[in-house]
Amino acid sequence: MTSVEFLAWVRGPMFQIAVAIFVVGVVIRLIEIFALGRKADLSEPRGGETMPGIVTVFRRSIPDPGTFKRSPFTIVLGYLFHIGLFITILFFVPHIELFHDVLGVQWPGLPTPLVDAVAIISIFAMLAILVNRLRNPVLRFLSNGEDYVVWAATLLPLVTGYFAFHRMLFPYQTMLGLHILSVEILLILFPFTKLMHFFTSFVARWYNGAAFGRRGVQS
Amino acid sequence: MSSSEDRAVNAFREQIDGPIASYLSSCVHCGLCAHACLFFTETEDPRYTPINKVEPLRRVWKSEYTFFGKLASMLGVAKKVTDDLLEEWEPLIYDACTLCGRCSMVCPVGNDISYMIRKTREGMVAAGYAPDGLKGATQRAVTIGSPMGVKFPALQVQIHNVERETGLTVPVDVHGADYMALLSSMEIMNFPEYIGALAKIFDKAGVSWTLCSEAFEATNSGMQIGSSDLEGELLQRVVDGAESLGVKYVISPECGHAYYALRWEGPNVLGKKYPFQVIHILELLDQLRLKGKLKVEDKVDEKLTFHDPCQIVRKGGVVEEPRSLLSLVASDFVEMEDAGVMNWCCGAGGGVSANERAQPLKLAAFKRKKSQLEALGAGTMVTACANCRINMEEGLEENNMQIEVIGLTETLADHLA
Ligand code: SF4
Ligand code: SF4
Repeated sequence: MTSVEFLAWVRGPMFQIAVAIFVVGVVIRLIEIFALGRKADLSEPRGGETMPGIVTVFRRSIPDPGTFKRSPFTIVLGYLFHIGLFITILFFVPHIELFHDVLGVQWPGLPTPLVDAVAIISIFAMLAILVNRLRNPVLRFLSNGEDYVVWAATLLPLVTGYFAFHRMLFPYQTMLGLHILSVEILLILFPFTKLMHFFTSFVARWYNGAAFGRRGVQS
Repeated sequence: MSSSEDRAVNAFREQIDGPIASYLSSCVHCGLCAHACLFFTETEDPRYTPINKVEPLRRVWKSEYTFFGKLASMLGVAKKVTDDLLEEWEPLIYDACTLCGRCSMVCPVGNDISYMIRKTREGMVAAGYAPDGLKGATQRAVTIGSPMGVKFPALQVQIHNVERETGLTVPVDVHGADYMALLSSMEIMNFPEYIGALAKIFDKAGVSWTLCSEAFEATNSGMQIGSSDLEGELLQRVVDGAESLGVKYVISPECGHAYYALRWEGPNVLGKKYPFQVIHILELLDQLRLKGKLKVEDKVDEKLTFHDPCQIVRKGGVVEEPRSLLSLVASDFVEMEDAGVMNWCCGAGGGVSANERAQPLKLAAFKRKKSQLEALGAGTMVTACANCRINMEEGLEENNMQIEVIGLTETLADHLA
């Protein structure tokens, strides 16, 4: 396969397969959760459920001061790479063009040098996250194969994207192909791994906030 | 599969609902919950990370409720729930968790981990994997009526003592009273002052109340061990007692898990709403305060603090009431660090105090309360749970700390105008 054929393949059939697995998989996973549902709670509520649930959905993005003091490293790194991914995925101009082609919507991008800097920060944050995972006794204890696979699958698109943009390692066409392929791997892994938290954590936060809210506590 | 494994898996299946599935789908193994749990912070043993405690439940969810897991089970590579696993996890689930709910407040993806552990206990007990101490307490609660084996005649003795000391009558089995008060065995045996305090306060405030000879025990070992069936059996006695006396309210005593079982889990395990309302004693006292029926003649001058019982405050929602009541009766009330809904557990809730095997771990966990108290320098600690109280007295003694622990209701009664 030449690099041109490779690029055509990852942009064509492979892209469609990955997106299909991602969409169908995520939908199945969400149905699995919502189909289970919740039994009606017969205790007399002290407070509401909906609003406290919504508040928790937002509030859980900010750690309570005690937790921050005890795990500052984990939290700062977590913020860095989540925000970094958000910016590089959504505000890099070529990505926006892709979203425009596929979804038909577009929005203004950020200056490329800025996105470039963010990508570098994210890559280093991801490396530090691995070191943290291997060194911190709790994280090392909790981690299983999936955690490392997901870590690698999240890092690869960042690295390949960076290399492609800077014309490093391989010819541009090949590197771009690898970049797209790495994103497709991420999409395929998504429904089967903890990457699902991108969707389900909002559901989880709502359930948590609602359960505490009906007892009169904002969680 | 052995029959105990079978029973565990069946019980776990029954516990899996939307919230559980969303929590288990969301965990990113960030480890932050470990630092919210006093069993981890005081021992640094990573096995005590809250989310690790639900592993048996997680395996059933993963292999039966997720597409990929089902595939893995078909191929025979899924991790199974085995007797070995249950045995290994039993101390993690019962000795190293008080169901305090603190982890549920910090998990960044929103997992209500104490809810998950509570549900995990259902499968453990169904398979017979629960600590002997807690099994014994539950057995006594079901057969004798109290986890400490207290029967009505023993309560009668305490009632007579209280009546002699206060010169007031403690009403028993009064039909048509507004409130039926419940007690915990710990109060009957160790802190009968609580009964005297109720008599004094209700007399002054003109509250129509009664005890019930058929249903005076509020604690619920069924909830602690994690058996909804036994929890329901114990709660049904309270419902029957309240119905036979025709009361409008049932008062939960100063006992954390009794309140949680009665107030929040009760109607759900019984499958129907109550024909009465459940009110915690602190809620009632605060209502009396607001109506001007609770007046004090003097205040405690000494510096004092309040220990928040987890099941009443963080998991029960009675947060402001103890503070309003304390400001009524204390002139130098100071809060511990993390007070209120983020407070640290005493280390002995959720059935830990009934479990002898957990005693060394419980004392290790008490170091958290110890350092909170040392930072504060208060000579008195008020609380609102007989179980917290006994445990903290023990922990303070063990650590040679001169801090007096008192109940809030008695403190108020002692200073009534
Ligand atoms: S804090 Fe939440 S996401 Fe992190 S390890 Fe614990 S349960 Fe999992
Ligand atoms: S409920 Fe409390 S004791 Fe249990 S795991 Fe969570 S923080 Fe630890």
